[in-house]
Amino acid sequence: MQSTDTIKRILKEYKTIAVVGLSGNWNRPSHFAAKYMKAHGYKIIPVNPGYEEILGEKCYPSLLEIPEPVDIVDIFRRSRDVPPIVDDAIEIGAKVVWMQLTVEHEEAAQKAREAGLEVVMDRCVKIEHGRFFGGINFLGVNRGVITSKK
Amino acid sequence: MSDRKFGFDTQCIHAGQSPDPNTGSRAVPIHQTTAYVFDSADHAASLFNLEAFGNIYTRIMNPTSGVFEERMAALEGGTAALALGSGMAAQMTSILTIMQTGHELVSSSTLYGGTYTQFDVNLREMGINVTFVDPNDPENFRKAITDKTRALYAETVSNPLGNVLDIEAVAKVAQEAGIPLIIDNTFATPYLCRPIEHGANIVVNSATKFICGHGTSIGGVLVDGGNFPWDNGKFPCMTEPSKGYHGIKFYETFGNFGYAIRARVEILRTHGQALSPFNSFLFTQGLETLNLRMDRHCSSALEIAKFLNDHPAVEWVNFAGLPDSPYHELSKKYMPKGAGSIFTFGVKGGIEAGRTLINSVELFSHLVNVGDAKSLIAHPASTTHRQLNEEEQMSAGVTPETVRISVGLETLEDLIWDLDQALAKSQKAKA
Repeated sequence: MQSTDTIKRILKEYKTIAVVGLSGNWNRPSHFAAKYMKAHGYKIIPVNPGYEEILGEKCYPSLLEIPEPVDIVDIFRRSRDVPPIVDDAIEIGAKVVWMQLTVEHEEAAQKAREAGLEVVMDRCVKIEHGRFFGGINFLGVNRGVITSKK
Repeated sequence: MSDRKFGFDTQCIHAGQSPDPNTGSRAVPIHQTTAYVFDSADHAASLFNLEAFGNIYTRIMNPTSGVFEERMAALEGGTAALALGSGMAAQMTSILTIMQTGHELVSSSTLYGGTYTQFDVNLREMGINVTFVDPNDPENFRKAITDKTRALYAETVSNPLGNVLDIEAVAKVAQEAGIPLIIDNTFATPYLCRPIEHGANIVVNSATKFICGHGTSIGGVLVDGGNFPWDNGKFPCMTEPSKGYHGIKFYETFGNFGYAIRARVEILRTHGQALSPFNSFLFTQGLETLNLRMDRHCSSALEIAKFLNDHPAVEWVNFAGLPDSPYHELSKKYMPKGAGSIFTFGVKGGIEAGRTLINSVELFSHLVNVGDAKSLIAHPASTTHRQLNEEEQMSAGVTPETVRISVGLETLEDLIWDLDQALAKSQKAKA
């Protein structure tokens, strides 16, 4: 489920990301990642009961309150907090559950897959975007990309 | 297709670079530039904040060096790499990234002389205490570890003693102590040995040697194995907000390549030991034939070692590739494709005969480098290990009659001819 092809296709196909646990504090990883993805053309929907607005976008207390379709639910929460978020992701018809670096929950992942969602775990959306669509190899990161195509 | 696990030879040639999207250039473009134009004031700020990936200034990153770095990370089996101005800079950076005043390093005593001095003098001056141990018994590392120890350090094949480290045993000691194992893989290169696969956490290489392969450029590289849990409480520099980088937590933000990023933005950025993009280009080109060159280096070295072993003017040959070497079994385990091409031998007649030998060679070059296409010869006691006292020289495996050679890629028979005629002269001088 986490093959390079799958991750590349997810980031190419889906453009609306609800970021659960997005912080308004600019030097937190969630803020980094969301700001980066916004700058690269993705629609960011912040989900955090503690804020009215983050990155100029209206912030919602939970996934269920979001009035528009969501493609990717990106989770910046501890692994043990994942199951109810996955339940909400299934309920709102999201296409992908994406758990960030160090976030993993195999049971919740299985539930999401059974409901027809794709699942990515223990990966950062920003790093994966940089890996496949430019930038990150200037920082010496091993992208695992080998091709003779431009 | 892109999920195919490509082979080592393919990675030597392709990892880190696909054709340039703007120009179609197939070869690696040399980005000989100091700085990079920003899109806007906000873009510039984002880059400096590490919020966006991109180029700022060549002291910190460069697209040509980026190709070299990614290729090295791929070949060593790591998550990321950082190119540096020399092998010495690479090992110093590998240590400074996780150690500060008051910390301790436990290192193998059998090291390149320059490394020994760097640890024994420079690290101590910074308040980082170093304990040197005989690496042949991995338990020696364990016995020297204290609650202040933050890393173990050793060479895959040591310079010039040629002893092969039992990487897995030492990695286990490091793992049990909750500290990383740093390996200098210069003499083996990732073609002969991939220390990360054996449990090492950080690998450094002097790129000057086999990676360059042609004796043209000084450089180094460190590789992040991506396999160390930096949040075990011993490394607040990886887990607490960074003073030097506005509160970033490196491990949390960059995960399994956080070490390489901290090395880049908190050590290289402020210490400045950057590699020239042109040297990165030459190293990248060197890597494209690393596999082929290493095979030839190894086969010629083994033949020459056998020749010397049978030569009446030779007292002893110390090469892990020979079956009677005490390191032969370890060499077969960790370097099954060959034991490298650098080894030592002793000429009958001691230091004087050794000097005559070095003065009499025609094809071997007398200089202090290794891993060149050209065959090289040196006398460690008077050159690479000169700053060490006699006891330290002995512990590094350097005796007065020791001659070190690095076997190159010339016609094997010519190399044997050269050593044979020089050995004959060395014995005449003695008589």
